[in-house]
Amino acid sequence: MSLDTETVRAIARLARIRVPGDAQDELANELSNILGWVEQLAEVDTDGVAPMTSVADMTWPRRDDTVTDGDCRAKVLANAPERHDGFYTVPKVVE
Amino acid sequence: MTYIIEGQTGDWEVVVGLEVHAQIASKAKLFSGSATEFGARPNTQVSLVDAAMPGMLPVINEYCVEQAVKTGLGLKARINLESVFERKNYFYADLPQGYQISQYLKPVVGEGVVVIALPGAAPREVGIERLHMEQDAGKSLHDQDPRRTYVDLNRSGVALMEIVSKPDLRSPEEAGFFVRKIRSIVRYLGTCDGNMEQGSMRADVNVSVRKVGETGYRTRAEIKNVNSIRFIMETIEHEAERQVEVYETGGEVVQETRLYDADLGLTRSMRAKEFAHDYRYFPDPDLLPLVLSQEYVDTIAATLPELPDDKNARFISDYGLSPYDAGVLVAERETAEYFETVARGRDAKQAANWVTGNLFGALNKKGLTITASPVSAENLGALLDLMADDTISGRIAKDVFEQMMDTGKAPGAIVEEKGLKQITDTGPIEEAVDRVIAGNPDQARQYRDGNGKTLGWFMGQVMKATGGKANPKLVNQILRAKLRE
Amino acid sequence: MTMLTGLTIAQARDGLDKGDFSAEELAGAHIEAVERVRHLNAFITETPELALDAARASDARRAAGGALGAMDGIPIAIKDLFCTEGVLTTAGSHILDGFVPPYESTVTANLKAGGAVMLGKTNLDEFAMGSSNMTSYYGPVINPWKAADGKHRVPGGSSGGSAAAVAARAALGAIGTDTGGSIRQPGAFTGTVGMKPTYGRCSRWGVVAFASSLDQPGPMTRTVRDAAIMLQAMAGFDAKDSTSAPRDLPDFEGALASGVKGMRIGIPNEYRMDGTPKEVENLWRKGIQWFKDMGAETVDVSLPHTKYALPTYYIVAPAEASSNLARYDGVRYGLRVPGDSLDDQYELTRAEGFGDEVRRRVMIGTYVLSAGYYDAYYLKAQKVRTLIAQDFRNAFEDVDVLLTPTTPSAAFVIGEKMDDPIAMYLNDIFTVPASMAGLPAISVPAGLSRDGLPLGLHLIAPAFDEITLFRAAAALEEAADFTARPGETGE
Repeated sequence: MSLDTETVRAIARLARIRVPGDAQDELANELSNILGWVEQLAEVDTDGVAPMTSVADMTWPRRDDTVTDGDCRAKVLANAPERHDGFYTVPKVVE
Repeated sequence: MTYIIEGQTGDWEVVVGLEVHAQIASKAKLFSGSATEFGARPNTQVSLVDAAMPGMLPVINEYCVEQAVKTGLGLKARINLESVFERKNYFYADLPQGYQISQYLKPVVGEGVVVIALPGAAPREVGIERLHMEQDAGKSLHDQDPRRTYVDLNRSGVALMEIVSKPDLRSPEEAGFFVRKIRSIVRYLGTCDGNMEQGSMRADVNVSVRKVGETGYRTRAEIKNVNSIRFIMETIEHEAERQVEVYETGGEVVQETRLYDADLGLTRSMRAKEFAHDYRYFPDPDLLPLVLSQEYVDTIAATLPELPDDKNARFISDYGLSPYDAGVLVAERETAEYFETVARGRDAKQAANWVTGNLFGALNKKGLTITASPVSAENLGALLDLMADDTISGRIAKDVFEQMMDTGKAPGAIVEEKGLKQITDTGPIEEAVDRVIAGNPDQARQYRDGNGKTLGWFMGQVMKATGGKANPKLVNQILRAKLRE
Repeated sequence: MTMLTGLTIAQARDGLDKGDFSAEELAGAHIEAVERVRHLNAFITETPELALDAARASDARRAAGGALGAMDGIPIAIKDLFCTEGVLTTAGSHILDGFVPPYESTVTANLKAGGAVMLGKTNLDEFAMGSSNMTSYYGPVINPWKAADGKHRVPGGSSGGSAAAVAARAALGAIGTDTGGSIRQPGAFTGTVGMKPTYGRCSRWGVVAFASSLDQPGPMTRTVRDAAIMLQAMAGFDAKDSTSAPRDLPDFEGALASGVKGMRIGIPNEYRMDGTPKEVENLWRKGIQWFKDMGAETVDVSLPHTKYALPTYYIVAPAEASSNLARYDGVRYGLRVPGDSLDDQYELTRAEGFGDEVRRRVMIGTYVLSAGYYDAYYLKAQKVRTLIAQDFRNAFEDVDVLLTPTTPSAAFVIGEKMDDPIAMYLNDIFTVPASMAGLPAISVPAGLSRDGLPLGLHLIAPAFDEITLFRAAAALEEAADFTARPGETGE
């Protein structure tokens, strides 16, 4: 699969990573090479093979319905680059 | 009672499917140990997991799984013994992980069915497509600051069940009844409190229109996050009209997400310039597939309470109630239980009348729910007993009920205290009758002259003279006899 | 005092028990060593005060007769991917600027509960993505081993700082994480023992996630015995990690002396690859002979899907990473580059915060999960993964453990392969298959290259059979008798 720069822009947008215009061609190239290389998987016959859903073969662990956590606002906000009145704040979002 | 939109080019019908988001009534969140209480101060019910700190991992709350299965059984749906949590990837201010853990290809509950009964129409089945578990997002507040959006993660990670209907609904009313029915079922099961004001239940509404007689579906619009039954009905009405107009003016409806603006009474397109969503779902590698045993499901099935439809049928057949009364009484589990306590061993129709009439009226006036009723079901039953054994009359009963409502006291105590016991000795009644007749010779004459209506007036006078306590049947008998003398 | 840094963990434990030296002396010697090898750039954050406090506390416990176990008082280095309460945690990335976790990872908490003394946080490839330690925002790590040409070599990656610290005698042991070879490959490049436990053996809670279905913490030491001792203190079920195995821990160190007589050692045909240097082939052949000499039986086995493991890995790991790294958005912690809108802020923050390799993988991962490509890439890869795991299960019906080279070459020169991602990825060709199947594996230093750089041999065992893995590794270590030392140490 050869990626064009338009696809690279779309992926960058989905991943929320700004890629400057002059870097897009080179990135398209790099990603195309990697994708071309992984596409050798196409030659493996996987008819009737179930995809792996978990490496670990075990039953699902679970927690009880009891409140054991939270109420630690200082902790969850401590590293925030910007906060106000107990909230995280971000640039205004217009819906 | 078909819902038709009369357009310029002919008649249109509306096709509606709902995605009801019901918050699981759990103490802790779906994948963390934080509390879920409504109305807490911002970010005080947030754990490191909910805030998506680096290296934090989800562990599922088993109780939530049980509630989802229970709800699935209540929707008469297939339970999938293996289901998978996936990540739905997108960026948003109140989605700290950058993905929502949800179920996608393999939900815990598959197809089911719900019956809705609109007044005057035959009951109708509405298909359930699926029910899956997912995390709620946090909350963005856009109106606190002119330049900033504030983010509160208290809801982040709260357990939701998304109940998806098939596009089987054909009118705003049907949609309203469907949501009420879902709410009734989850409340019966205790899996969700159904409180729409607090956001415990809300719906995404999928609306499309088509010409009457057309088969197949046209493009639909999704109206997100509608948080009351009234708004759900309104939004369908407005959106359907909008779509008809689009088609009739030569346009095409586009598949998009819209918001309902209740103030303006219209829907508007959301995130207009946003490029196509691509959620990149994939199984969450932090969680194992959810594998349930049939025994586990059976155990839950065995604990299922009687659900509204079954109760409704039983109320009609066992108690002889009208379908209307039965419908009113079963809508809420607490009401049905209250009624049954009152009706047990008593005149069921009378019990129904008292509950739906006097009790509902009084509670309404006080703004109370039935669970907060000052008059317990046992006391209301006791009141009916006092009438049945002629201890008090129906009229006195109404007074006693009012005092029960005000004081919460048992009816026997009130009757005792206020000396309201019915007079059933003929002596005092005869005395009173004699006095009234003697004092009103003109009226007595009229009666004897054949004016039967006068009897009612005499009844009133005698009851007044006895403070309402005289047994009306006896008063009637004695009056007739004495007036004829 | 320099001799203290030359001890193994087992020797240090015995010395502490006998009172030959104190934990404070041991910590002090290592703090000095850390300073002396600072030019290797092995540490991002040094925590000498914390180390001394912990060492004094350890001495106090021992004096009161209450030592906590084998790791009590042992100075170790922590890969800076483990969140450590109150201590800067960077994951080698700009995007975690200034992040001080208010919590401690389960593995480091286990170690600290066992009395281990943290010397500092070690350098690594950014978000553990790399095989050279060159993708770190904090700069490359220099391998303490010197080749004749005098050019600096990479220590391998992603746990390059941990490996360098252990090799340079700046820590008695270290912990790393292994996603596709990130413990074993640097182990091989630095002449140290790198052990990846079975997926689920050590908790991932509090470890900055790269690829959740592959990441696994493990010990990095100078001897197999030390690896067993450390694993004992790190591992165990953790209710906070849904993929943590609810199994009791066997006595790992106790298994070491059992020998390999009668053990069946599988030699996978598919690991004989075109282009593998002669010296690697030769070392592998030697390893096979050593096992035969020790009374084990070597058996040729086939793992037919081996060649597909690496491309499978480069779909699965980036896919998971693209999602795991979505949380680095400049809202709750780390770097924020202001923008006009929220999306602007996201894009600018992540563009500046992520290095080239991370950006590459996040974009590959985003692409392979996107609509229209999911089936062809991600789903296909997960199916091939099933086949890879099946290959191993089949092989282990016949053999107890597999022997392969750890890497296709010795440590390369810093700066090489940076503009050829695929050449870089090929470093992990022998380590990735076991990762895809979640199996325990270990690299044991076994010889030197022509240039005098260390080479490792690699053993893979069935899931949760670390006992067999350690038995075989201890025998291999003894046979190899690897006594060479790196040119640059803190001694």
